[in-house]
Amino acid sequence: MATTISPEQVEGTVRDALPQFGVDETQITRDASFEELDVDSLDLAELSQIIEDEYGVQLKGDDVAKIKTVGDAVDLVVSRAA
Amino acid sequence: MGDLVSTRPEHATALVTGASKGIGAAIARALADDGWAVGVNYRSDEAGARRVVEAIESAGGRALAIHGDVTNGAPAELFARLESELGPVLALVNNAGVRADGLAIQLEDDDWGRVIDTNLTAAFRMTRQAIKGMIRARFGRVVNLASVVGPRANAGQANYAAAKAGLIGMTKTVATEVARRGVTVNAVAPGFIETDMTADLPDTVMQAVPARRAGTPEEVAAAVRFLASDAAGYVTGTTLFVDGGMSA
Repeated sequence: MATTISPEQVEGTVRDALPQFGVDETQITRDASFEELDVDSLDLAELSQIIEDEYGVQLKGDDVAKIKTVGDAVDLVVSRAA
Repeated sequence: MGDLVSTRPEHATALVTGASKGIGAAIARALADDGWAVGVNYRSDEAGARRVVEAIESAGGRALAIHGDVTNGAPAELFARLESELGPVLALVNNAGVRADGLAIQLEDDDWGRVIDTNLTAAFRMTRQAIKGMIRARFGRVVNLASVVGPRANAGQANYAAAKAGLIGMTKTVATEVARRGVTVNAVAPGFIETDMTADLPDTVMQAVPARRAGTPEEVAAAVRFLASDAAGYVTGTTLFVDGGMSA
């Protein structure tokens, strides 16, 4: 994708997606870990699909394994899209 | 949260691989009867696939003959085309299969590879593609056509037995991965069924079948129809034998 994607945009996508997995919206911050949010590997796989559909950025299993927090996910997507 | 009792969305489409004849054709018709729009996949028998589509349409159903060799590993295009022409693919029946029999001592690498590629690897790739949409939809049905061969020995079919036993293992594990999204993954294991694929078997094989007869493609299709239905929403990771008691 040639267009620049802002961290705010990606964070918005993640914030919209997480409640679908049962996450309490008020708990979502950049520093919140997916473990604390009770987001499991299948949820992360689905989040990767949503991100791929939206931004054309493919996150593989290795990438997803490194992501610990909401901020990690946002930064990774932004860096991949750049 | 175990509160996901999901029902089939409108316009849900079932993709049946290898559906131009035999068991696949019967499955396509049975699913159409149950209200699914059906993608009738074929590799070479276009005329057969068209006949299946015509039969479904004349009974008031929706279907599309869709060409594609499942071993070529381009499932995304197949799914995209079905989605645009019929609706989202929320059931996948991995039925396409081949045989290349021979005693293990004489089995060529090519015979081994072709059977594993078509019967197991292609089914995995199709499943991987299918469940992406299914988990998002919070509804999905994958049915893998296994065989009584695999769980049971059958001299001359080491490749086929390995592939079909592998399918059952894959079925169980993928089922556990996606269960909480309302997606079920099951296998149907036919015994001796009257099809082109079993036409060359000697009559003496019936001695191994408690029912003393071959099954029909429609009897296999009925099992698939059940597993794809809303009623089977709590059935996942299992193998339903349709074998006249052979595996009992």
